[in-house]
Amino acid sequence: MPDDANAFQTALALIMGGDPDLLGIVMLSLQVSLTAVLIAALIALPLGAALALWQFPGRGVAIVMLNAMMGLPPVVAGLAVYLLLSRAGPLGEFGLLFTPGAMVIAQVILVLPIIAALTRQQVEELHSEYREQLSSMGVSRSRRIPTLLWDARLGLTTVMLAGFGRASAEVGAVMIVGGNIDGVSRVMTTAIVLETSKGNLPLALGLGIVLLVLVALINAAAHLVGETAQRRLG
Amino acid sequence: MKKTGLTLVAVGLTGLSLGASAQDEAGFITLASTTSTENSGLFDAIIPLFTDKSGIKVRVVAVGTGQAFEIARRGDADSLLVHDTAGEKHFVQEGYGTERADVMVNDFVLIGPGEDPAGLSEAETVEQAFGRIADAEAPFASRGDDSGTNRAELRLWEAAGVEPGGDWYRELGSGMGPTLNTAAGMDAYVMADRATWVAFDNPQNLELLFEGDDALFNQYGSVLIDPERHPHLKHDLAEQWHEWLLSEEGQQAIADFEVKGQQLFFPNAAE
Repeated sequence: MPDDANAFQTALALIMGGDPDLLGIVMLSLQVSLTAVLIAALIALPLGAALALWQFPGRGVAIVMLNAMMGLPPVVAGLAVYLLLSRAGPLGEFGLLFTPGAMVIAQVILVLPIIAALTRQQVEELHSEYREQLSSMGVSRSRRIPTLLWDARLGLTTVMLAGFGRASAEVGAVMIVGGNIDGVSRVMTTAIVLETSKGNLPLALGLGIVLLVLVALINAAAHLVGETAQRRLG
Repeated sequence: MKKTGLTLVAVGLTGLSLGASAQDEAGFITLASTTSTENSGLFDAIIPLFTDKSGIKVRVVAVGTGQAFEIARRGDADSLLVHDTAGEKHFVQEGYGTERADVMVNDFVLIGPGEDPAGLSEAETVEQAFGRIADAEAPFASRGDDSGTNRAELRLWEAAGVEPGGDWYRELGSGMGPTLNTAAGMDAYVMADRATWVAFDNPQNLELLFEGDDALFNQYGSVLIDPERHPHLKHDLAEQWHEWLLSEEGQQAIADFEVKGQQLFFPNAAE
């Protein structure tokens, strides 16, 4: 398989070469996916915690729905956002279609259920340990959310990384709402699809390796931060 | 309140978009076009010339012709450059477009495994070639995606008097490049536009087996979108692009574009 050896050489050349086009694509991938994870986390962490703490009718249904949304196909999310942002759609006036902003919105929709559902589970487990203590101290439910989220932070880092993995790996949504426009909305995954369709398989696989390295670096950074924090707090 | 919140989010996201491309704000248009023009590298060759002259950037969204029409119908592209003359005329008749013009041609070619089990190289017309594939029930990979190429292919089957179907006829529902990749993988015949074929880097066992019939002529047209239907679009800029494509300079740029030493698109705008 000469192509495979080629792909590693291509990947290495891509990384070493510092091609400005590739750099732009890498930066945009990071910018879009990290922004999406940040926005999703701001909503999903409190939402997941609230779902863990409050009992209400239909709670089981809500949890099942949330868990099911983790399996939402990216292309469906992309299509929904496309129809929403299209000029003929309800939010068309903002002119967001075929911009990185549209890609962020689509990825938020994909990432939010993952973070919310896994947060709900983590916080619920933690709460069953802390419940009596928190009750005896008379801490109200809404005051418990920040405490529980803070104490669950190590597990929640992994949850956020799972969200980032989903965002940086998906192609179906960003292809539709971003349009894969050169220099504007082309990210790693859409560039890989484009090179595959040109039959340039070594370059496509090379880009795939670069993407993997990038995701590994993000994970390593998160791991290091977690380790350091744990050591400092004893 | 809800509306204000949405606006805030939208403004924030617009800011993000601007951050990525602040220098583009001098003016850009969004062009809905086909994968054949993008994948062959034509746009990389001619758009910079237009941008240098006019200061207008062109953002290309490359999709199948069917999807390109849909994007333009919804008002999501300022201009349209596709290859389905009948569809383009229909688009204008429906009132979505104001004008369509011939820009350039290339041609379709029939590709297949080097052994050529259906004997395409002996066919004299494209009808015979399609007939031979059907008679031999040799695997044929169809785009099956309502693209310009797919529509042209279906017209050719009809002309050959064949109702394509059965195990040998495989509708892939993919773009030209992925279809060529798949055809290479299963040693199937496939109809491709010459531009994508020449620029394609993964032919494996595939070879060009039939070319040159007039029926394989592939006309590209530029369409201006009706300002009354979509007043928000950048009609002035789109018109400059349209006029440039048809101008002597634009036509020359198209003629000068080569891949692997071969001219792929032949300008044919009306004088």
